[in-house]
Amino acid sequence: MTMMKKLHLGVAALAITATGAVAQEVEVLHWWTSGGEAAALNVLREDLAGGGIGWTDMPVAGGGGSDAMTVLRARVTAGDPPTAVQMLGFAIQDWAAEGALADLNALAEEQNWNEVVPEALQRFSTYEGNWVAAPVNVHSTNWVWANTALMEELGIEQPGTWEEFVAAMQAAQDAGYTALAHGGQAWQDATVFDSMVMGVGGPEFYQAAFVDLDPEALGSDMMVEAFDRMSTLRGFVDDNFSGRDWNLASAMVINGEALFQIMGDWAKGEFVNAGMTAGEEFQCFRVPGTEGTVTFNSDQFAMFNVEDEGDQASQVAMASAVMSPEFQIAFNVVKGSAPARTDIDPSSFDACGQAAMADLAAAGESGGLFGSMAHGHANPPSIQNAMYDVITAHFNGEFDSATAAEEMVTAVELAQ
Amino acid sequence: MAATDPMLDSGADFRTRLQAWLPKIVLAPSFAVMVIFVYGFIAFTLYLSFTDSRMLPSYDLVGWQNYERLFRVRQWDTAIINLGIFAGLYIVISTIIGLLLAIFLDQKIRGEGLLRPIFLYPMALSFIVTGTAWKWILDPAIGLETTMHRWGFENFQFDWIKDSDMAIYTIVIAAVWQSSGFVMAMFLAGLRGIDNEILKAAQMDGASNFQMYRRIILPQLRPAFLSAFVILSHLAIKSYDLVVAMTDGGPGTSTWLPALFMYEYTFTRNQMGIGASSAVIMLMTIAAIMVPYLYAELKEQK
Repeated sequence: MTMMKKLHLGVAALAITATGAVAQEVEVLHWWTSGGEAAALNVLREDLAGGGIGWTDMPVAGGGGSDAMTVLRARVTAGDPPTAVQMLGFAIQDWAAEGALADLNALAEEQNWNEVVPEALQRFSTYEGNWVAAPVNVHSTNWVWANTALMEELGIEQPGTWEEFVAAMQAAQDAGYTALAHGGQAWQDATVFDSMVMGVGGPEFYQAAFVDLDPEALGSDMMVEAFDRMSTLRGFVDDNFSGRDWNLASAMVINGEALFQIMGDWAKGEFVNAGMTAGEEFQCFRVPGTEGTVTFNSDQFAMFNVEDEGDQASQVAMASAVMSPEFQIAFNVVKGSAPARTDIDPSSFDACGQAAMADLAAAGESGGLFGSMAHGHANPPSIQNAMYDVITAHFNGEFDSATAAEEMVTAVELAQ
Repeated sequence: MAATDPMLDSGADFRTRLQAWLPKIVLAPSFAVMVIFVYGFIAFTLYLSFTDSRMLPSYDLVGWQNYERLFRVRQWDTAIINLGIFAGLYIVISTIIGLLLAIFLDQKIRGEGLLRPIFLYPMALSFIVTGTAWKWILDPAIGLETTMHRWGFENFQFDWIKDSDMAIYTIVIAAVWQSSGFVMAMFLAGLRGIDNEILKAAQMDGASNFQMYRRIILPQLRPAFLSAFVILSHLAIKSYDLVVAMTDGGPGTSTWLPALFMYEYTFTRNQMGIGASSAVIMLMTIAAIMVPYLYAELKEQK
């Protein structure tokens, strides 16, 4: 009896502190745990603290965010969703379809989100015409990161074609360096594969294979060639790549052990964090063959249905803070990505950031802006993961390229 | 007096009745918890495996579709083959090493008290710790290979953990390292339980040491073999943490085991139906091995 009484008192005390002292609070589930990412997130945290809104951090480590999504599922199933969750592409759509997301329409209308957010992005931030998430940034995934000092030492110019790219890597390998820094995790293999498919077949093929999931495109000769290019890259990766985290691969380029890394622009945060300047100590250029196109993913904060009115208010405050131009600039300068709004002045961005914003605008107009398959912006998670399996198995030598293309067709069919 | 007698009677009656009921009352909560959280969830999983559940459970039945798909998914083949390799080697090698260690420790050697815990201690570690430690030991860039190079053995090469054909064997190495000592302890207990009189009699009849082990001791260790087999095989089939810590299923998908498959499909790939059907297959595999074996063993003992 006394136990129960104590328990009740304890719960009551807790409830009082929860509603009284910290009425305004957001609980944010995210997987931004590496140096540059954590620094970028701090911008938002401080921004909200300025408005008197508390921040409960709920980080779940793991590059692609799959672990974070598992935690999320447990929380939602238990009826206790976090206020806001960092989320990618189709995951937002899946949760919206389950009816788990809050409605941000009022705020969106007030701040005119329909006008300033590119349409390719709205495809993911809205569900059946309703805003359910606030986009933070646009990452493009078809970047090559290079160590300038090493390029000069080896006498390498910025490669413009696939052949020149291969020749540059050959030169680095001959000189005893790792030509391509890469981490052998499925999502990293797939990130590289995005660029290979775009480079071999261009936008139409990319659309047919990854978005329309056309079996003919998936099993085509072009797909075989994309896999062949992966084999070529495999020859330039050091032996110990398996399981390495992406930021460790970036560190190899930063330290001058490796020449190139093919990775999304979140890698820039690592370079900047290491005190290097874009365009000078390190270079960024589009993966040769994919110039003029941008494969993107966009981090968004999806807002979950929460009961408490105080929580709902802080949710709206957070969404508003995320979409404010000041935050978009401050955040994306640190994170390495381009802002999710098109009306942002690029002058405070570095060379790579300005190039990203220009490329993004150009690709958006020319129809070269595509969601990245590797980051869940081209097809739903089940299909994305089925593709991962084939790509990573091929990269690790389990299939030859022709078998891999055939497996692609089967894997996609089974996942649908 | 007369008035209190019946009261005393009923009090004693209540006490005996309570005594009879007490074990049942005490067991009831744990029984209920067991029924719901073990058998209830098994039934729920079985049901889910026949539905079109994807991200969250759904209750629309689709028949055998999930099972059909499961057996066409290439990763499931990989997982099953890996389980065959892993479980086979793990059980056999752990049993052999454990038995040999026990036999050697049983030779009345000095320092047994010190050696026993040394062999047994790996079992005190979780598979996560074992996996992480072995990941570092076997990693060619920081572990064994680099160390050997530093000591001057330039040609030493051991990069199995990064090789998709060999990686599953590194998992066997770590698992055997962890479990052999435990198996040893079980066999040692069995050896100590053998009647010395029989051994003395055999000795007098002129039996050699080898004959004694082969004809008398090992047959008497049957219960220990049974326990070892039961414990090792269920450890093997549910193996998940060791793989996650050591290779995370890689390189590629080459070290997937069924438990990893189940987790991936259910929780990260939004294909809960297929994940549930793989869990059911795993359960049936365990049942198929265990039930006949236990039945035969337990029946014989009666």
